[in-house]
Amino acid sequence: MSTTLHPAPDEVWDWLSEVPDPEIPVVSVTELGIVRDVSYDGDTLVVAVTPTYSGCPATAVIDMMIEDKLREKGLDNLRLERRLSPPWSTDWVTEEAREKLKQFGIAPPVDGTASTGMSAKAARLSGESGLTVACPRCGSKNTERVSQFGSTPCKAAWRCKDCLEPFDYFKCI
Amino acid sequence: MAALETAATSVPEDSFVSDASLRPAFFEWLCRMGDNALILGHRTSEWCGHGPVLEEDIALANTALDLIGHTQMWLGLAGEVEGEGRDADKLAYLRDAMKFRNLLLVELPKGDMAVTMMREFLFDAFHYHLLTWLADNSKSPRVAEIAAKALKEVSYHLDRASDLVVRLGDGTEESHRRMQDALDLLWAYSGEMFVGDEVDAAMTQAGIAPDLESLRGEWETTVRDVLKEATLAMPAEAGFVHKGGKQGRHTEHLGFILAEMQFLQRAYPGASW
Ligand SMILES: [Zn+2]
Repeated sequence: MSTTLHPAPDEVWDWLSEVPDPEIPVVSVTELGIVRDVSYDGDTLVVAVTPTYSGCPATAVIDMMIEDKLREKGLDNLRLERRLSPPWSTDWVTEEAREKLKQFGIAPPVDGTASTGMSAKAARLSGESGLTVACPRCGSKNTERVSQFGSTPCKAAWRCKDCLEPFDYFKCI
Repeated sequence: MAALETAATSVPEDSFVSDASLRPAFFEWLCRMGDNALILGHRTSEWCGHGPVLEEDIALANTALDLIGHTQMWLGLAGEVEGEGRDADKLAYLRDAMKFRNLLLVELPKGDMAVTMMREFLFDAFHYHLLTWLADNSKSPRVAEIAAKALKEVSYHLDRASDLVVRLGDGTEESHRRMQDALDLLWAYSGEMFVGDEVDAAMTQAGIAPDLESLRGEWETTVRDVLKEATLAMPAEAGFVHKGGKQGRHTEHLGFILAEMQFLQRAYPGASW
C-alpha cells in the first residue's frame, strides 16, 4: 500500500529537518539551506538538493541520508536531483542553525563577507581583514584568522586572542 | 519497486547542449575547462600529507577538492554534450594523454611551495576572470550555472594565492629568490591561457565563452598589482610562449600524472568501492 502514500510537501520538509548534516550533526540539512525544493512529478516525490562546495565529499552522504529518512517514513517512489543554481549561499543558513553552530563551538558566517577574489588586497591595504568574528567560547571579538581553510571546505581556522581557544569559522560564500 | 535515480540533475533548458553543429567544438571546450581543473587539482593534491605546515597542507587539499568538484561538473557536461555515454569518470580515467586538453602550465611538476603558489596564482587570476565572464555573460545557461558555482570557490583561491605570493615574495631573502625563480620559470607558460584557436572562436561566436585575448588586460592588471606588492619583477613580455596543451600536445610530465591517476581504472576496469 505504500505506493498510494502521498504526504504533503510540508510534511516531507518536517521529516527532512530531522536529517543532520553529516559533518556538523547539530544542524539539519534544511537549516543549512541545501534542500531547495520538495515536489511531486506524478507519483514520484522529487527532492532537489544543492551542494555546499562543489567538491564536498559529504554531498553523496547527504543524498543517502535523505533517501534513508524518506524510506523510513514509508516513501519509496522518490528521486533526488542535484540543483546548481542559484549556487548555495551561507545567507540561507537559518538563525536557529547559527545559534546551534555557536553552541557547538563553530562561529557562524558573517553575512556579506564572501570573498570577491580581490578581498585579500583590500585587507592588506587596510591592514585588517574587515571581518570580525566573535569567539564562540568567550564571545571576545579579539580574534584572528589562522588559515582560510579549516577541517572541511566550508570552514576557516581562527583563534581567540583572549581565551586562546582555536575555533572553526563557518565562512561566508 | 523502488524508483530512485540518485544525482539526477535538475537543469535549466539549454539548446546548445543538443546542438549537433556546435557539438565538436563545445565538447572540446568543455574538456579544456574540465582538464585544467582536473590536472591542477591533481597536482595540488600531491601536497596532501606533505605540506610545510599543517594549515597549508589542509588549504591545498581543500583547494584540490574544489577543483575536482569543478572537474565533475565540466566533464559531466562534456559527456552529455558528446552524447556517447561517457560520464566525468570515464573521461577522466580512460582518455590517453593526447586526448587531454589542459594548459601546459597546470601539468608542470609541483616543484617547491614557490612554484606551487606562483602557478596557483597565475592560473587563479585567469580562472577568476574567465569564470566571472562566463557566470555573467555566457549564453549557455548550463555553462553559466557551473561557472557561478565554481566562481565562489575560486574567489577564495585567488585571495589565498595573492596573499601568499605577497607574503613569500616580500618575505625573507630565500623566499623572495624562490618566488622570483618560480615566476621566471612559469611566465613563458602563462601566455597559452590567452591564445585562442578555432574551438575558442566557435565558442565566442556562439556567445558561450569570451574572446580569450579580451581577458588578458584584466589578468595583467591583477597580476601586476600583486607582483608589485610582492616586490617581484614582472618578466618582460614573453617572446616565446610554450603552448599546445589545449590541442593535446603535452610535456613529458602529463603521462606520469595519468599513470598515477588512471592506474586503478586501467588495471581493474570498472572497479568501484
Ligand atoms: Zn575566546
